[in-house]
Amino acid sequence: MLQQMEITVDELRHLFTERARAGETMILNMGPQHPSTHGVLRLMLELDGEVVVNCVPDIGFLHTGVEKNMEAKNYIKAAVMVDRLDYLNTMGNNLVYALAVEKLVGIQDQIPERALVIRTILVELQRIASHLVWLGTHALDLAAMSVFLYCFRERELILEIFELVSGQRMMTTYIRPGGLWRDVPEDFYDAVKQFIDYFPRRIDQYEALLTDNPLFKQRTVGIGVLKKEDAIRWGATGPVLRGSGIKYDIRKARPYLIYDALDFDIPVREEGDVYARYLVRMEEMRQSLKIVRQALEWLKKTEGQPVRTPNRKFVPPPKSELAHSMEAVIHHFKYWTEGFKAPKGAVYVAVESPRGELGVYLEGNGGPKPHRVHFRTPSFANLQLLPLLAKGHMVADLVAIIGSIDIVLGDVDR
Amino acid sequence: MEQYLELVVNDLRERFQVEVETFRDEVSVFVRPEQIVEVCQTLRDEYNFDFLADLTAVDYWPQQEPRFHVVYQLYSYLHNVSLRLRVPVQGETPSLPTVEGVYPNANWYEREVWDMFGIHFDGHSDLRRILMPFDWVGHPLRKDYPLGYEEPQYTFNFHDIERKKRRPRE
Repeated sequence: MLQQMEITVDELRHLFTERARAGETMILNMGPQHPSTHGVLRLMLELDGEVVVNCVPDIGFLHTGVEKNMEAKNYIKAAVMVDRLDYLNTMGNNLVYALAVEKLVGIQDQIPERALVIRTILVELQRIASHLVWLGTHALDLAAMSVFLYCFRERELILEIFELVSGQRMMTTYIRPGGLWRDVPEDFYDAVKQFIDYFPRRIDQYEALLTDNPLFKQRTVGIGVLKKEDAIRWGATGPVLRGSGIKYDIRKARPYLIYDALDFDIPVREEGDVYARYLVRMEEMRQSLKIVRQALEWLKKTEGQPVRTPNRKFVPPPKSELAHSMEAVIHHFKYWTEGFKAPKGAVYVAVESPRGELGVYLEGNGGPKPHRVHFRTPSFANLQLLPLLAKGHMVADLVAIIGSIDIVLGDVDR
Repeated sequence: MEQYLELVVNDLRERFQVEVETFRDEVSVFVRPEQIVEVCQTLRDEYNFDFLADLTAVDYWPQQEPRFHVVYQLYSYLHNVSLRLRVPVQGETPSLPTVEGVYPNANWYEREVWDMFGIHFDGHSDLRRILMPFDWVGHPLRKDYPLGYEEPQYTFNFHDIERKKRRPRE
């Protein structure tokens, strides 16, 4: 029969305290199929009564080998795999990959303004959508069920906008190396406008349900405190870092797209607890709306401009040329079968995803396929903090802490 | 190259005799394995590179020797510059010292590199596989590791395939 590989207790002994061996504390398994671990995260908990003495995360249940698979595909075909990493931030994943490829082949200055504006609008909408899922599930973990329903209602509006531009609700692959798949349809402006006019009232509604709610505050204030020094030492990024009082956001520090021309703030809280991270994300949604509002006006000014680089080497020919130009047909065929070649060298590009620094290390070897792609995913980096944050708290608080780190297991395991 | 970065790189050149490469305005410093902890310590304590953004490896089999490069991506909040360290490591089962003592978050990154490339980090506190199952054979991101083509295991051929599988510790 199925011979189990014996992993002996001795090999895991160093993870737990001596008290576990003496039987004073209990080792409990949580997950991987557990609703409040937000996916397939498994935790080995050492408990003293109901207090967490030690917490050992076990990840890899959703490992799909995206990095290995991308090495076997050319740059253009590998783009579709990127969406599947962090399935709540598909536009952001597309963006960071597109930026990395553009930097590697050296066309980062040739992307038309309109493409940059549309990219900005879409990734900021994606940030709101991702925060809505976080807010809904986080509140659900803390027994506030109605918030979950409201959040998913509003998220659907954003996904409908994505469907409008790309034909897909989630796995869009709309942002591509060299620009966009195509220009946005005519009713895009109205759809986004309608959403940003409607949404501020909704944020107020969520805040009315949670921010001053004594039950919610009891579960979050002072729980899972991350000190400033620890946040830096352990390489936390995103709202987790900003919730601990460090004003660092890649959109401000190393601006990409059109962020340096836009007016927005980076919310920071000093407390470093679950509640602080909640407040940071709520404010971030408002700031994202502010960004979208400005970018939408900008979009109007760029009406009629191209959304792809004029450098034909890196983008397919327009559909209209295919009917009467033999060169366009050849180009189209070569582009989709062989792809384009990238020089030997490595680049690292990072963007601010809803969860933190999403970086991609991309190395070319002179051929049409990447030699190495590595994703520095924010969930993976932030999840490392969990044992540190969970120590000394109750099991019920652990659920709140996991929610506040905002992990997506597709992002952790890749 | 930014002014501050140039200062850092020049100092590293003097103290550690490193080579420096620039591609698309990104600076890579080639460091020998035995120096890596000291270099990281210097960069963190003297030059404010507080943040280890990324740690990964690249396999150059079969074209290049040494086969693996371990890549460290550092960032300084204070000066807003980033710097990449590349450590070429020798052999089929290479090893280099861990930087966990300098950057605690290297813990999981190094486990991932061990899991995916089989590069051993000496002195690491908990070097187990992280993404692959604990009884997995091989290191998937090596270039000589095949991509896919595994026979699916159904009820009718379960035992046949089970027998054919390679097992560690046998």
